[in-house]
Amino acid sequence: MIPLVFELGRPGRRARLQAPAEDPALDDLPPALLRREAPALAEVSELDAVRHYTRLSQRNYAIDTHFYPLGSCTMKYNPRASNRAALLPEFLALHPLAPEEDLRGYLTCLLELEEMLAVVTGMRRVVLNCMAGAQGEFAGVSIIRAYHRARGDEERREMLVPDAAHGTNPASAVMAGFRVREIPTRPDGDVDLEALARALGPHTAGIMLTNPSTLGVFERRIVELARLVHEAGGLLYYDGANLNAILGQVRPGDMGFDVLHLNLHKTFSTPHGGGGPGAAALGVHERLLPFLPHPFVVDDPKEGPRWSRPEDAPRSIGRLASFHGNAGVLLRAWVYARLLGREGLRSVGPYATLNANYLAVRLRALGYELAYPTRRAGHEFLVTLRREAKTYGVTAMDVAKRLLDHGVHAPTTYFPLLVPECLLIEPTETESQETLDAFVEAMAAIRREMAEDPERLRGAPWTTPVRRLDDVRAARVLDLAWRSGGASSA
Amino acid sequence: MSSPPPSDRRYTRTHEWLRAENDGTYLLGITDHAQSALGDVVFVEVKPAGTAVEAGGSVAVVESVKAASDVYTPFAAEIVAANADLAQRPEVLNQDPYGEGWILRLKPAEGSDPGAGLLDASSYGRSLEDAHD
Repeated sequence: MIPLVFELGRPGRRARLQAPAEDPALDDLPPALLRREAPALAEVSELDAVRHYTRLSQRNYAIDTHFYPLGSCTMKYNPRASNRAALLPEFLALHPLAPEEDLRGYLTCLLELEEMLAVVTGMRRVVLNCMAGAQGEFAGVSIIRAYHRARGDEERREMLVPDAAHGTNPASAVMAGFRVREIPTRPDGDVDLEALARALGPHTAGIMLTNPSTLGVFERRIVELARLVHEAGGLLYYDGANLNAILGQVRPGDMGFDVLHLNLHKTFSTPHGGGGPGAAALGVHERLLPFLPHPFVVDDPKEGPRWSRPEDAPRSIGRLASFHGNAGVLLRAWVYARLLGREGLRSVGPYATLNANYLAVRLRALGYELAYPTRRAGHEFLVTLRREAKTYGVTAMDVAKRLLDHGVHAPTTYFPLLVPECLLIEPTETESQETLDAFVEAMAAIRREMAEDPERLRGAPWTTPVRRLDDVRAARVLDLAWRSGGASSA
Repeated sequence: MSSPPPSDRRYTRTHEWLRAENDGTYLLGITDHAQSALGDVVFVEVKPAGTAVEAGGSVAVVESVKAASDVYTPFAAEIVAANADLAQRPEVLNQDPYGEGWILRLKPAEGSDPGAGLLDASSYGRSLEDAHD
């Protein structure tokens, strides 16, 4: 175990370069805001600190070090060129409150990104002011609510969500004030249209759909589905979680969707290991333009690019954050889209799905059961270990943990909930065939262990800095923060 | 392997059980199959006593290391009491889902039909087999 940086400390030890001046001028601060006691910081030398954090970083699993087939998360390579552009001092030093005439270059990049995203999604307009995917969902369903209200359609308070939708969808709908009604999925993975038709009515606000779904398969009857929802007076929300499978091949706008969000940190390859920062693009159909959240970028024919003003979206759902989106993430996505260009963006989906289907076929040949064997995979696919759980007493979690010993980040486990003992595997388009083959070899070795030495799986991982963690105890006995003196807070 | 569902109560397709008590209330819990699918339960949150819930409405949330799942009442009812023991020892829900691991007590709303659409033990058992083979 690596000790905490606090445990390395010795009283009075300092890193001089990092320490503040001994007597900083504080006389211009309100006395009520001054600390009475010095904060409990780790007292280590600069070298101790550097070694400590370097060591920690070496123990990380990251896309830069390991294959990372975490289904539904699209952990693709983040090009260095995107970072380089976003770190240019001319971008980095911009202040969010800088006058618009100092922001024209940055705003022009955003306008270009908006335009490219509108083209690949088939939306009338895309804005970039959502801080992450879940906020994009919230903005999207809030726009649906505002649209119905503006028409005096107050009864439309029910949001339909298929059980194969992205997990955050029901939460976003509830946050926006909707009742959620779940729509079942047929055994072949498509939405049950008969059940949908029964659920539709004058109370229907819309439906939130992920396509391909979290089952890894494309909703084949999407056009008919869209017609049913529109005829009932509802709108269609597209969750862009899985856009990577269809990027440049099919457009959500052409399928009949009215509003969508894209996760730029997935499909447009910005960093998101460790939870963020994310960035969502929000796209709308023509009739939803008046409801867009402020601020967004307007291409003013007289002034040039500028921030939106109230009259640019008169019935706006409001502001979602103090400022406009995550600037650095948006710049990285812009560079990524420019790097790939039209042809490159068109090849993302085919290669992502080719890699997923290659893995699916090879794992099936090893004896693994595909959850939807009759369907071609999108950019990800589901393996179910329900037979192995019965025969060998080995669970999806055991396999996931054993993969760590093989130098592979575990796939997503136990999601979606409707498939027992599942692994959701998404290789992305940026992995070579050799990497995919090495993963297949690891899964073959694990399969042999199930029969020969299942304890080896149940005790995994064996080679990581910490062994299997007691996640049950961690959840039951919360210990969330370090406190000086050994006490921990719950 | 799951133990067979006891025959002194009725079941929903969403894996709740309901047992009629002598005082006209119903005890509600989740089945052995449900607790086994959820895995180790770490938290059980019940809506406050006195809450009125429509048929099909959520009355509690059971959180495990894998997922957080709603627990539904099949008939319109008022929540009378929660199993206070589960707040301190959620693992009881895994150990004894049909006994000490009951979740809450419900009083059927006036005019609601607590028996409607519920499965008996053998039908519920069969529905599990159908789903898994």
